[in-house]
Amino acid sequence: MSKSNNFLAGVSGRFRKLRQANTFNIFMILLGMCLIMSFAAGSKFLSVSNITSVVRQFSFYAIMSIGMVMVILTGGIDLSVGSIFAFSGVITCMAIMRWGVPVLPSVLLGVLAGAAFGLLNGLCITKLQLPPFIATLGTMSIARGLSYGITGGYPIGSLPDSFKFIGLGNILDIPTPIIWMILLALLFSVFLRFTVRGRWVYAIGGNEEAARISGVKVNQTKSLVYIFSGMMAAVAGIATAARLGVGQSTAGVGYEMDAIAGVIIGGASVSGGYGNIIGPIMGAAIMGVLRNGLVLLDVSAYWQQAVIGVVIIIAVSFDKLQHDRKSPISVSK
Amino acid sequence: MSELLMMHNIRKYFPGVKALRSVSLAIRAGEVHALIGENGAGKSTLMKILSGVYGMDEGEIFWDGQKVEISSTADATELGISIIYQELNQLPNMSVAENIFLGREKRTRNIFLNSRETFSEARKFLDNVGLDVDVRALCKDLSIAQRQMVEIAKALSVNARLIVMDEPTSSLTDREITVLFGLIRRLREQGVAVVFISHKLEEIFQISDRITVLRDGEYIGTVETVDCSEDLLIQMMVGRSLTGFYPKREVPIGDVVLQVEHLNAGRSVRDVSFDVRAGEILGFAGLVGAGRSETMRALFGVDPMESGRIAVNGKTLSHHSPSDAIQCGIGLVPEDRKLQGLILKMTVRENTTLANMEATREKGFVSRRKEEQITREYVRKLDIRTAGTEQKAVNLSGGNQQKVVIAKWLATGSRVLILDSPTRGIDVGAKKEIHELMGELASQGAAIIMVSSELPEILGMCDRIIVMHEGSIRGDLKRSEATQEKIMEIILTSKKQAIPQGE
Repeated sequence: MSKSNNFLAGVSGRFRKLRQANTFNIFMILLGMCLIMSFAAGSKFLSVSNITSVVRQFSFYAIMSIGMVMVILTGGIDLSVGSIFAFSGVITCMAIMRWGVPVLPSVLLGVLAGAAFGLLNGLCITKLQLPPFIATLGTMSIARGLSYGITGGYPIGSLPDSFKFIGLGNILDIPTPIIWMILLALLFSVFLRFTVRGRWVYAIGGNEEAARISGVKVNQTKSLVYIFSGMMAAVAGIATAARLGVGQSTAGVGYEMDAIAGVIIGGASVSGGYGNIIGPIMGAAIMGVLRNGLVLLDVSAYWQQAVIGVVIIIAVSFDKLQHDRKSPISVSK
Repeated sequence: MSELLMMHNIRKYFPGVKALRSVSLAIRAGEVHALIGENGAGKSTLMKILSGVYGMDEGEIFWDGQKVEISSTADATELGISIIYQELNQLPNMSVAENIFLGREKRTRNIFLNSRETFSEARKFLDNVGLDVDVRALCKDLSIAQRQMVEIAKALSVNARLIVMDEPTSSLTDREITVLFGLIRRLREQGVAVVFISHKLEEIFQISDRITVLRDGEYIGTVETVDCSEDLLIQMMVGRSLTGFYPKREVPIGDVVLQVEHLNAGRSVRDVSFDVRAGEILGFAGLVGAGRSETMRALFGVDPMESGRIAVNGKTLSHHSPSDAIQCGIGLVPEDRKLQGLILKMTVRENTTLANMEATREKGFVSRRKEEQITREYVRKLDIRTAGTEQKAVNLSGGNQQKVVIAKWLATGSRVLILDSPTRGIDVGAKKEIHELMGELASQGAAIIMVSSELPEILGMCDRIIVMHEGSIRGDLKRSEATQEKIMEIILTSKKQAIPQGE
């Protein structure tokens, strides 16, 4: 008897915990949107090929959001991801087409370039003590300018199929970008949940001063998350170049906003210390479903932008209201 | 003389502590009234009630013989009460004139700023206080003394009849103090009442007409300055018997564990040297701002140090960072539990294991099982009252929060534990538990440093007491020879000396 009670208490406790986590709210919003879309657009939305293409589309944003959420968890922001996205794609294509470097080392070079920009962000923020907004605004411009500079503004095409596979191929019928997204999400979930550095990311965002006094290596950890963010932008940029079969210096303009929006819709606290990896992925999914639905409903691309903005505001305020009601205990002064 | 202000039986409770229990204060028009008491005596709370920042729970305020309600700072200003805080509330990038009329801007046609009138009016009030600076000068370019004068001019511009000055001389030079006192005397002649809060008895005797003493949130008495002596004041300020029982244990004192030699860090830590032995509890007494917390932060590597040597068990710390200090077995329970000690958004578990994540690892990854094991061990040992290891730190009471901070350091195996104001804002029961814990740790051979602004606590718990004032050590007393009077005397009578400023 007591055993079954314990069991029931355990289950209901789990469920309560799940509901309290605002990841659950985000999931409900996503589910609700899918329902609305399937009523509005019917089988056009629900077909396997449409769903697959939606997921593939948002997976690029989701990958960037994985990097972004770690930065935001420390209380920072990374505006340079859109430009790094372009730079890494361009560098990889240049390596393959102009410098005759084999595909795999070229891809690694692209990812390293992303990491290097991340490191630059990290050093500006920790050593020069620049606010993240300003430091990454600077690198945003640097990376974009370098992309234009090295390509002269021309797209780099005629890429080999072995490279295009990264963005265009399928493994076991699943498009490769979706696989990258899932693998990276798993990898960084493990990082945040089960490693010392991962815990430090939350600690810095929660209270940097207390973290420092507790021996947390604040500067190293901060640099690390910007490096991760740069690398995630690079992966998304390279995969996009592979998918389109062309590396362009104009790629990814404004993508930093999509990455940030994904994180915020995904329920992370903008002031840091609260959030997870699955949230931003669902945030990116919400935006992806919305874009797709609007296309299916023949809403012009011009209007889509406005609708997405409205959804960001509604989703976040909904979540905030929920949160305020649930935790009446606030930090007293 | 008539009473301008009467505050009668004011009571104010804060969660867990009684900040003021029945305090009264009477101020006459045209007098300089000194308000004194130790840290935590209730001076600031009383002044915040007067200025409408806090509400009071019980009591009455009479202004000019009329009963008044002060429920906002606007109410206080309306009556003619102005407060000049130690940290001056000015906008550094605005001009002197703009600061004086902030929120009451001079206008034309009710919309546009009228800078001509702003400047000319400001000039008038600056002349009144005798401050000769350009009204267009930015506040940040003024000295502290000049900025204080601007605040006084601002007070006059709202027709203040009572000006409260909270430790106005704390960052002034002797010459500036003379100028300030001249101004205070002129205000007195104009019939303005001045409440003067200070720790410096010498100044109080110089400037005040009457003195009111508070202690532990209670009204002790009001005396005419001419009738009283320094000894009497000190006795009024500290003259309580040791309230409650301090669970001091007799522990054999061992070898030196922590050595600090010639530590210098900024203005507030000048050539500080001391050592602590195993089993010893060393107290740091002094006023707020004496440099005690700054010393602890510098030695722990939170703030940079300019020079000096810190060694644990004879081994010098090399990197000067908190992680280096932790490696060497030092732990710091910082002054502000919520801002520096804890990550409030995190759980009891996450806070407890934060400083020693290495211990929670299993095959390279953080093991939740090990974390819980460690946390449960300390929750039990320190009797932390929490709904569980997954409770968020923000939801714990002050005493239990402090225990979590201590648990964090015990989990790292600290041999030197620095406790900065460990019982501030904590209720009596939890306070005693923390004291007992200190005794327990000392008996296990830990070296403990406690910074506290409560003298009874220092006297009750410590084997040795270092008195700091203005960044340097002014006294080192054994338990047997230390008394409250002696400590207060060291603090209050140590004048600004020409201390050789290191190298």
